[in-house]
Amino acid sequence: MAEGQIHNRDSFLSTVAAKLGRERRTSVAKPQWTTTPQYDVLKDATQDELVEVLKKHCEVIHTQFIETNTKELPQKIREVFKQYEVGSIVTWKDERHKEFGLEEGLLDKLSEEKMDVHIWDPVLKEKNIEAAEKADVGITFSDITLAESGTVVLFSSENKGRSVSLLPKTYIAIVPKSTLVPRMTQATAYINKQVQAGKSISSCIDFITGPSNSADIELNLIVGVHGPIKATYILVEDK
Amino acid sequence: MAMKISDEKFFERVDKGVNNTFMRNAVVSAQERMQGKRLAAAEELGNWEEWRKLGEEIRTHTLQNLDYYLEQLSENVKKRGGHVFFASTKEEANEYITKVAKEKQAKKVVKSKSMVTEEIHLNSALEKAGCEVIETDLGEYILQLDDHDPPSHIVVPALHKNKEQIRDTFKEKRGYDKSEIPEELALFAREQLRQEFLSADLGITGCNFAVAESGSISLVTNEGNAGLVTALPKTQITVMGMERIVPTWEELDILVSLLCRSSVGQKLTSYITGLTGPKDEDDVDGPEEFHLVIVDNGRSNILGTEFQSALHCIRCAACVNVCPVYRHIGGHSYGSIYAGPIGAVLTPLLGGYEDYKELPYASSLCAACTDACPVKIPLHELLIKHRRKIVEDEKKSPFGEKLAMKGYQLAASSPSIYKAGTKSASSVMAPFTQSNSIQKGPGPMKPWTDVRDFPAPNKERFRDWYKKREKGGE
Repeated sequence: MAEGQIHNRDSFLSTVAAKLGRERRTSVAKPQWTTTPQYDVLKDATQDELVEVLKKHCEVIHTQFIETNTKELPQKIREVFKQYEVGSIVTWKDERHKEFGLEEGLLDKLSEEKMDVHIWDPVLKEKNIEAAEKADVGITFSDITLAESGTVVLFSSENKGRSVSLLPKTYIAIVPKSTLVPRMTQATAYINKQVQAGKSISSCIDFITGPSNSADIELNLIVGVHGPIKATYILVEDK
Repeated sequence: MAMKISDEKFFERVDKGVNNTFMRNAVVSAQERMQGKRLAAAEELGNWEEWRKLGEEIRTHTLQNLDYYLEQLSENVKKRGGHVFFASTKEEANEYITKVAKEKQAKKVVKSKSMVTEEIHLNSALEKAGCEVIETDLGEYILQLDDHDPPSHIVVPALHKNKEQIRDTFKEKRGYDKSEIPEELALFAREQLRQEFLSADLGITGCNFAVAESGSISLVTNEGNAGLVTALPKTQITVMGMERIVPTWEELDILVSLLCRSSVGQKLTSYITGLTGPKDEDDVDGPEEFHLVIVDNGRSNILGTEFQSALHCIRCAACVNVCPVYRHIGGHSYGSIYAGPIGAVLTPLLGGYEDYKELPYASSLCAACTDACPVKIPLHELLIKHRRKIVEDEKKSPFGEKLAMKGYQLAASSPSIYKAGTKSASSVMAPFTQSNSIQKGPGPMKPWTDVRDFPAPNKERFRDWYKKREKGGE
């Protein structure tokens, strides 16, 4: 990728340094913080305990929570389709569809049943966004799931478009149980490690917590504004 | 809209605020609810003080080394193919942004909520350059449709409006024909704005925190509009105040956690979006071009002064939500987009004492703001520092206070005048007194009694009462 350009940096940063009463600093060691309360949250929780925390918090964030196993997963997804009156679907091109039996167990069948299924494909370019805009539901896997806040973390890529979780009126996140961690701390530590190892991180990392909402009108909570209006997490046993 | 939102004098603005009953009730209920949610969110952690301490440490270290972290940030944005413009003034920022808009032949611009773009008056600069600018945060959209009514709260900008007023604005400006039920209003805004997102040429965002180690920016919203602003248009410009930065993703965790809990009492808001550079080459959605504009606009003058910690602010509005003065006068009275205690500290620093010398006095110094601040900015102490500067260095103390101090100086220098004064106080004030309180005071007392009562001088002086008591009286 071609590098970008930087304008006016030297004079700007020299002013900052001068106001701070010293020369420009070219290396700074980040200190050890004297306290790290973030690591105490749900410190010794087992995976099952994290599931309980997530489940409970889903009530707070207006999100339907369903627990299932790989075998039942296609059926559970169909039940949500029925509830959301889904006629068209957009989802990522994701190896996990196969791994969790969704390719044969659901997506192929839906196409045969004349349901409108769009699987994100970079070759189709803008058509993907058009499909996402028309779809009744967007479905993605969660890459990392934060129990404390009920958050699914999505790392974008050419096969994992940002629009899938954003444009349709309803959203389903499939949450493999193994992706559960206590809180945001574990997710940002993972990203930090990637960066420190010189790896390129996704251009978009979304932390999504339930459906979109707003309290901008007389502080009344309105669920459903620009992003999805309804959301369901389906937790699936993967190990 | 620039930082300054009114040409009226401070007390005229306060008058309007105090007499706006809907606004006052809305503010009272908002404060109570948001305060309650914040306290619950803080309490639930069990060790909130540790979190605040960590937040303060991170902000102090980052600001002390701001030049280093901004350099690191810009290098990493550049490596990812993004452009960085360092703007010393608002004019420089606007010039660069309108230049990019022109190069891209942008006609339609969608924006997600950003205080710094309000501060630099970006919308009007873009409009002058021929762009249509659309605010997409629900509250901001309402204000924009209502002939650019200024925001009255950092987090809930249209707090001063009721749903009937919003319905009428939608009706008048956009042909809305449904009820004032908030869900219906929001659905209408969703439909109206969806088309704008899809057809916009340029997306503009603010920045909650940039991350130096990876050249990322983060956006914290509940509505999902920042995601749409950054996923759909071909060009993205992000504008950040130069202090809105953390060293690594580890610190981003802490500050985002503090922000969400302190502003709305949520563990995390519905959308926290971390964006790094433009989209990758094979990505379908996301901008092809990314520009980061880092704005000084007076901030560097605060560095190295006794007010440096004001730059630690993470814009959560917890101080606004506990402030008894804000509760009574509302956001517009501050005459600045930055209202409440942090506004009273920051606005004179960015906009000068000439226009904003009254703001540091819009505080009872009760210190509720300092206690609420998630990064431990000593807000009430900074207000006192402002007052000291205004009186001692700038000789600009408010007229009434000057007069009162002069009077006291005169009276206290002569025992006989002092005695005469205290003896006559009760009868002098009698015409203004009703059942032991003064409700409409004259001269320098007017600003006080316009918004609250002043206890009337007692008919019996303390000295006389004390003498009598010594003699065995009551």
